[in-house]
Amino acid sequence: MKELICIVCPKGCRLQVDEENGYAVTGNGCARGAAYGKAELTNPTRVVTSTVAVAGGVHPRCPVKTDRAIPKALMARAVACLDGLKLQAPVALGQVVVEDVCGTGARFVATRNLPRG
Amino acid sequence: MSCAVNSGMYDVIVIGGGPAGLAAALAAREAGAQRVLILERDGELGGILNQCIHNGFGLHYFKEELTGPEYAGRFIARLAGTGIEVRLNTMVLDITRDRQVCAVSRQYGCQMLQSRAIVLAMGCRERTRGAIGIPGTRPAGIFTAGTAQRYVNMEGYMVGRRVLILGSGDIGLIMARRMTLEGAKVLACIEVMPYSGGLNRNIVQCLQDFDIPLYLSHTIVDIRGERRVEKAVVARVDEHRRPIPGTEIGFDCDTILLSVGLIPENELTRTAGIPLDGRTKGAYVYENMETRAPGIFACGNVVHVHDLVDYVTAESQRAGAAAARFAAGARAEGPALTVENGAGVSYTVPQAIRPAAAGKGVDIFFRVRAVYSGDLRIVAESGGAPLAAFRREHLAPGEMEHITLPKALLDKAAGSITMRIEEVHS
Ligand SMILES: Cc1cc2nc3c(=O)[nH]c(=O)nc-3n(C[C@H](O)[C@H](O)[C@H](O)COP(=O)(O)OP(=O)(O)OC[C@H]3O[C@@H](n4cnc5c(N)ncnc54)[C@H](O)[C@@H]3O)c2cc1C
Ligand code: SF4
Repeated sequence: MKELICIVCPKGCRLQVDEENGYAVTGNGCARGAAYGKAELTNPTRVVTSTVAVAGGVHPRCPVKTDRAIPKALMARAVACLDGLKLQAPVALGQVVVEDVCGTGARFVATRNLPRG
Repeated sequence: MSCAVNSGMYDVIVIGGGPAGLAAALAAREAGAQRVLILERDGELGGILNQCIHNGFGLHYFKEELTGPEYAGRFIARLAGTGIEVRLNTMVLDITRDRQVCAVSRQYGCQMLQSRAIVLAMGCRERTRGAIGIPGTRPAGIFTAGTAQRYVNMEGYMVGRRVLILGSGDIGLIMARRMTLEGAKVLACIEVMPYSGGLNRNIVQCLQDFDIPLYLSHTIVDIRGERRVEKAVVARVDEHRRPIPGTEIGFDCDTILLSVGLIPENELTRTAGIPLDGRTKGAYVYENMETRAPGIFACGNVVHVHDLVDYVTAESQRAGAAAARFAAGARAEGPALTVENGAGVSYTVPQAIRPAAAGKGVDIFFRVRAVYSGDLRIVAESGGAPLAAFRREHLAPGEMEHITLPKALLDKAAGSITMRIEEVHS
């Protein structure tokens, strides 16, 4: 039995995951918690957020996120692949910034509209 | 400087264009207010969410996980076509109890605006080092975590390489991860209390994921360095939060981020003579988020510091709709019950409830004084008799809680309702 805090939503339910019993989860407030508890012990993943440089915008950086969760171990490498990139304003919400993050198939997308400054 | 009264009469003026102000303005418009105006001192709407680039927003409200800018963006997009007016780069200097608003901006100059109802949504600001008095020299390299967040996430300016974080509030935790991913070494997070002030998920995702140690019951006792921070000395504290000699640990760091709490930004409220609650540092509010000044409502972090923006949205929609009703001439009236803090409860919002105006019931938000776990009850009672009890297994000061009291129960209460925490021992 492994104790975990669910981090899928800010409620932070306390999960008990039974590794010997098909990773059965108890203590979860919703179904997402059960999926998280199992995944966290078998294949932990995270959505990664960071920023990328922009020329000519109202701000010099634009926030981005991976459009799906990637393996936790790849977080630092994922952020590093944004280094040296420079977008040109305007940037649109959802615009693809990196096509394939570290071979995971996930994409970095812009998380806001960034008009010309 | 003379201010001309201009622009005619507004139904609802909203001060602050963060998530609270946006939700209030939209709800006011939906509830029938004709002329709604948002005044925002920044150059864009969205408030603090613009710098909160991490995800974790909106699971309750949108049933999906969004980043801060995405959450704000959805509400900003909803403004289109509503006719809600927005003035950016416009700083509100003064409000009066008869609902005049004095604001200034380069584009509109000095503005004296009149409204039937006002919604206060100014958010909060960070406590600074001065406010908590750390000993030592005053070198460069000490930032509040939120200021650092703005530098790193919006200006693209890295604030340091070897970082120590004081306080385990959410912004500090979020910045621990952010600085690590940007290549800095975060040495530790230091918390004076025996428990963390931040959300659990942030402890897991921001510290544990990166093996950053959290020192509970510790504080910084000395900061050294000539021009830039070179070293911080950390010591364990006793139960009275006094450093224990002989427990010092030295950290060689060039940067210290302070995440020691937020304070609702209530200068306008105070100058207008609107009563504030010393516990929340925000205005006293009724069930519909009306302050003790009729027609002036408040919502979001200016009322009490929230950890979930979803709750900010819900509360602000209530405030906005109530402001629209007030503007249309409806008054929330009737005798008020006060909400008192019993054992274990440090504050509640609202602080008073008018059952006649409560609709189907009232959500009471509150924080607890300590970490509890086991078989717990949140008890609401009136005149010594319990009205309702709600089961919980875990309560912590870092996590805002709420219960809903239906109208039928409110009608049974007399004078006041006391909220307390009970530990059930079997
Ligand atoms: C770093 C950080 C991380 C967070 N992480 C999460 C999370 O992961 N999940 C989650 O759900 N919630 C999170 N929150 C909480 C949530 O973001 C806040 O509770 C919410 O943004 C508060 O909204 P608000 O509109 O009350 O305040 P704000 O967003 O601060 O907006 C207030 C606005 O009022 C304006 N203003 C102030 N005074 C004046 C004046 N005199 N005249 C004109 N304008 C004025 C300000 O410029 C600002 O735009 C986080 C908060 C912070 C600070
Ligand atoms: S189990 Fe569901 S409700 Fe509980 S923290 Fe996880 S996602 Fe949130």
